[in-house]
Amino acid sequence: MFRKILIANRGEIAIRILRSCRELGIRAVAVFSDVDRASLHVRLADEAYPIGPAPSRQSYLAIDKIIGVARQAGCDAVHPGYGFLAENAALPRACTAAGLVFIGPSAEAMQRLGSKTAARQLARETGVPTVPGTIEPIQTLDEALATARATGFPVVLKAVAGGGGKGMRTIEQESDLASAWRDAASEAQNAFGDGRLYLEKYLVRPRHIEIQVLADHHGHAVFLGERECSVQRRYQKVIEEAPSPIMTPDLRRAMGDAAVKLARAGGYTNAGTVEFLVDASRNFYFLEMNTRLQVEHPVTEMVTSLDLVKLQIAIAAGAPLPFSQGDVDLRGHAIECRVYAEDPENNFFPSPGKILERRVPTGPGIRVDESIYAGWTVPNEYDPLLGKLIAWGSDRDEAIARLKRALDEYYVTGIRTNVGLFQRILDSPDFREGEIHTRWLDDFLKQQSPTSEARSRASDSVGDAAAIALAMWHASRNAGSSPHSANGRSTAESQWKTEGRRDQLNRAPDA
Amino acid sequence: MEDRRAARPIESRAGRLGLFPDGPTNLKIEAKIGGRRTAVEFSSVDGEMRFTIDGRALDANAVEIARGVYSILIGGQSFEVRVESEGAALRVSIAGREYSADVYDKRQWRRCRGATAEAEGRQQVAAPMPGKVIRVLVKPGDSVERGQGLVVVEAMKMQNEVRSPKSGTVERLLVAEGQAVNSGQGVAIVN
Repeated sequence: MFRKILIANRGEIAIRILRSCRELGIRAVAVFSDVDRASLHVRLADEAYPIGPAPSRQSYLAIDKIIGVARQAGCDAVHPGYGFLAENAALPRACTAAGLVFIGPSAEAMQRLGSKTAARQLARETGVPTVPGTIEPIQTLDEALATARATGFPVVLKAVAGGGGKGMRTIEQESDLASAWRDAASEAQNAFGDGRLYLEKYLVRPRHIEIQVLADHHGHAVFLGERECSVQRRYQKVIEEAPSPIMTPDLRRAMGDAAVKLARAGGYTNAGTVEFLVDASRNFYFLEMNTRLQVEHPVTEMVTSLDLVKLQIAIAAGAPLPFSQGDVDLRGHAIECRVYAEDPENNFFPSPGKILERRVPTGPGIRVDESIYAGWTVPNEYDPLLGKLIAWGSDRDEAIARLKRALDEYYVTGIRTNVGLFQRILDSPDFREGEIHTRWLDDFLKQQSPTSEARSRASDSVGDAAAIALAMWHASRNAGSSPHSANGRSTAESQWKTEGRRDQLNRAPDA
Repeated sequence: MEDRRAARPIESRAGRLGLFPDGPTNLKIEAKIGGRRTAVEFSSVDGEMRFTIDGRALDANAVEIARGVYSILIGGQSFEVRVESEGAALRVSIAGREYSADVYDKRQWRRCRGATAEAEGRQQVAAPMPGKVIRVLVKPGDSVERGQGLVVVEAMKMQNEVRSPKSGTVERLLVAEGQAVNSGQGVAIVN
C-alpha cells in the first residue's frame, strides 16, 4: 500500500480524497495556487506545497510542477480528482516516467476511452449501441451541414476534447448551424486548447443514466449500479440520484454488462463511468466514458456502502477487487445536489466573494462534501462549485424529504448560491414523479422564473417576521444616523465598529 | 458547525451601542418586501421588545444570531430570517424563499437603502461580477432589444453575456475586448 499520496486538485474533491487517505493511514499531500493558500484542502492536508499563480495553466495544470512536488515530498502515488488533469494522458505518462503510480487508468486506456470519437468507435466495434452521427471530427462547416441533413435535425455539436457542456451546442434548424459551429469551436478552443467538433443526432427528451464501473489489474471488472443525472442546466449536471427512478433489474443488467464490456475492450482499470442516453422506450445509447472519479460518485457510495476513493487507491496499488458482481448490493436511494456560487436570479452568473455566515445541515441520512468555511473568499479563477449536499433515504420519497429538510437548514451569506433552485426542483411534480429528461430543467426554468417568485406576496406571519428582521437590520446598520442617538453620530458609529472588531476577534478560527 | 457566537437579544446590543441610550426608545420604519409595504414600529421599554406592524401589536421577540441572521418568534411561531445587502437593494431570505426588500426610515422619511433602478432612461449597464471581457457584441449606435447581449464576460471558466436592461441604442461602450472588469463596473451605456 502507498505511504504518501499527492492530490493534484483543489476544492471539495481534494478534501474528499484526503479523507480516504486519512482513514487508510496514508499521508495526504496538497498542492495550491497563490489564491488557494487559505483554502480548506490546504488546511486539512498533512503537507501542502505552492505550485504557482492563480491561472490553472500555471498551477493545477502544470504537470512538471506537480510531479516535482510529488518527488520532492517523497510521494508514491498521485490522485488527479476530477477536472484539471484528471483526463489528460500526459499526467499518467509523467507519473510513470517519474516512478509514481497514477491512481486511475493507464494513459493508453484513457486515450482509447476518454476520447469521445475513439470510444464511440470502440463501442460500435464491441456491439454497444451509440447515437447516430459522426465518429471522426468534422473538418468544415459544409461537412457539418451535410451530416446534419443526413441524420436530421435537431443535432448536437460537441467538442472532441470536451466535457461539462463546454464547446457543446444544440441546433434545432439548419439556419442556426453556422453560428453554433463558430461558438462551439471557439469555446472548445478556449476551454481545452482543441477546437475540433463532432456532430450527432439529438435525441428528444432523453434521460442521462450512467454506469459506475471498477476494474482491477487482475482481470476483474464490476459495475456498481447506475446514477441518473437528467436534471441538467445547459448540459451541466445539477442533481444526480441513484438508483434511476425508471430502472428495472433487466435494464440495469443490460446497461451494466455493456459498460463492463466496453471497459474491458479498452483495457480499462480503476474507477470509470460509462454514460448513456436512454430514450422513452428505454433504449440506451453510449454517450461517452469518463475515465476518472466523478463529481456525483457519493450517491453510488451511499447506496452501495462502498468508498470509491479507497477502492481506487487499492486497485492502483495492485490489489484485486475485494468483491464480485454478485456481492454488489444496492440499498435505498440517494440524491445529490451541486451547490454553486452562482446567482439563479441573475442568469446563474458566478458569484465569487467572501463567505460571511453559514450553517451546514446535519442529521440522519445527510452527507456534505464541500470545501468552504465562513471567512473564506471564493476565488473567481475556478469552477464555482462550493460542494455537494447528499441525502440518503430508505426509498426515493424519504431521500427527497431529507434533502429538502437539509436544504432548509443550509445557508451561506455573503455570496449567492443556487440552493433555492433545488427546493423548487424537489417540489416540482415532474421531479417527484421521476418524469425528467436532459432538457427538463431548462424548460422548467423558462416556465418558472425566480423573479416572479421574488415578487410573490409573503403570507402574513412570514411577512411580519421579514418586516421585523428588516427593522432589526436597519437598527444595527444605521446606528450612527439614528435620530435617537444621544451621543451623536460619530460616537455611535465608532462603538459599532469596536463591536464589529470584537466580533472578529471572538470568532472561532474555523466557525 | 452551528454559529458559535452566543446569540444576543437585539436590544442589548442596541443599548451597548448607544443606539437607545435613554431607556424607552422606538424606531419607525417602512419595509417594502416583495413589493408589499409594511409599517414597523419597534420599541424597547426596560429591555422588553414591542413590535407593531401596520397598527397591529404583535407578540414577537427577535434575536440577532449572527450578522444579518435573525431568529424571530411571533406568537410562538419560529422563523429564521436572513438579511443581506445586494447592490443597492436588500434581500430577505425566509422559509426557503427570497424577497427583494427596501427599508425607509419613517421618521426621516427617506429611503435608507436601495434604489430599484427602473430600466427606463439612460442606463449604465454594469458587469455583475469580476472577470474578463472576451467579446464585445455591439458597437456604439447599434439599436438593441431588452435582454440582448452587449458583452461577454468570462469568469470562473464560464462565459456569460451581460445583457441590456432595456430596448434602445448603445450610446457608448466603456470596455474593450481583453479588458478585466470589476463587479459593478460599467460596460456600456444604453439610451
